[in-house]
Amino acid sequence: MKSRRPATTDDLLARTLRDEAGPLVARLSRRFGDFDLAEEAVQAAVVEALTSWRRDGRPQRPGAWLQVAATRNAMDGMRHRDRQRALAARVDVPTAGEAAAGTDDRLALLFACCHPALAPEARLALTLRAVVGLTTPQIARAFLVHETTLAQRIVRAKKKIVSAGIALTVPPPAERSVRLGDVLAVVYVMFNEGFVSSTGATQDRDLAADAVWLAGVVATALPDEAEAWGLAALLTIQHARSRARFADGDLVLLREQDRGLWDAAAIAEGEAMIERAASLGRPGAYQLQAAIAAVHATGSSWAETDWLQISLLYDELARHDPSPVVRLNQTVAHAQVAGPADALARLEQLAQPLADYHLFHATRAHLLTGLGRDDEAARANARALELTTNDAERRLLTTRLHSRRLDDGS
Amino acid sequence: MKYVLMYTSRPDLAAGADPEAAQAIYQRVYEWFGTNAGVMADSGAELLGVETATTVKHSADGAVVVDGPFNEAKEVIGGFSVIDVADMDAAIAVVKTWPLLELPGIAVEIRPMVEDYSHMEG
Repeated sequence: MKSRRPATTDDLLARTLRDEAGPLVARLSRRFGDFDLAEEAVQAAVVEALTSWRRDGRPQRPGAWLQVAATRNAMDGMRHRDRQRALAARVDVPTAGEAAAGTDDRLALLFACCHPALAPEARLALTLRAVVGLTTPQIARAFLVHETTLAQRIVRAKKKIVSAGIALTVPPPAERSVRLGDVLAVVYVMFNEGFVSSTGATQDRDLAADAVWLAGVVATALPDEAEAWGLAALLTIQHARSRARFADGDLVLLREQDRGLWDAAAIAEGEAMIERAASLGRPGAYQLQAAIAAVHATGSSWAETDWLQISLLYDELARHDPSPVVRLNQTVAHAQVAGPADALARLEQLAQPLADYHLFHATRAHLLTGLGRDDEAARANARALELTTNDAERRLLTTRLHSRRLDDGS
Repeated sequence: MKYVLMYTSRPDLAAGADPEAAQAIYQRVYEWFGTNAGVMADSGAELLGVETATTVKHSADGAVVVDGPFNEAKEVIGGFSVIDVADMDAAIAVVKTWPLLELPGIAVEIRPMVEDYSHMEG
């Protein structure tokens, strides 16, 4: 995790690739008229860069280096696929000085990768590869999926972009807000995957940091989209707490985090984004979640947190997004204001939709403990543990199972 | 690019629809074909009910003829058209205005048409 160690060569490489890969994919797609070929060529160049830059150091002009390598790969690929067409296309090798493509290119690529016509599970993987410049093995490690499975998923999605005629364009304003929802959802999932799995010492990319960056790219490119700023604010504030979220690979709950480790500058930046979003006058679920995160981030301690405000914000959020998970969090906030008995009654209404969700059982255990119903609490905690797949969360729940400590589940 | 639109419905759900409302929507279908005449490469055909379907299937002993549609799904194909538009987003934009989508159980499948057979040569 980046924030717990100094920036390494790999971090620099990762950030360079992140800056360069997306616009390059977009540019080569246009030039060769084939997204699949272009993306494959850039991916191969990224893999070459990781080897070569680690060995020889980062080149003077990494963007140009990557572009030359990717263009050569694309031309090889074209010759390999179709000799005739390659000859006809007669694509020139670009000069290293060619102007870099702008944010619009990257945004168009992002909208294509998050297109609703693509399978939901493929959108994130494809975005990470084509837009953020991750390699297939890096993505496979982050999601704990087999590389072959992941590669097949990406190949299928890319082939569909090409064969079904999904254009690399930013949708017109009338369509944009709906399509933006799909894009923001992918960035949000990217962050959560990184946030939850950031215990892995083997991880060579900080997905959460990549998601914060990408959310910022989207908001900056679409400055009138309130929810884009809302998501950027939410992720910025959440990420500002990342240094305090883990101690020796173990998850530290919000109430026990060392608030001195939080990044105050990033929190302030997130708050400024919330204000910017609010000034657009179109509230939404990401803005409300960001506001909740901001209240948490500015409380001087768990006890000093403005729980009434958080509870009211959750009520509003549940109106925008009445999903069971949001209502679960609403219940947690409610418990802080109205006590565990009332909260438990509300929680039981979620028993059916959240029967297999570990945090439902963890929250229930917490409320039962607060009511002195220790045996039931122990059973709920055991159920939560059974359902947990993440190692850090599992260790945390194991601790709770033995000590029956009170905590908040975040 | 050319896309085939396959109009599908769920007869079990259509039975419950308000006939007058459905009639008004069908009226708009005619208008829809007029509005989209410019992108229609082939306005296609509307099919008679699925109860009239006959399917010829492979079998090891030679093709067999059976009563009914090719699959057992609840959704049935009621017709098709071919449109010629710039890209998938344009196809989706056309399809989203299909008046019948206001009725439960209605779905339209969009499939790009094979237009380039050059890769099959030599």
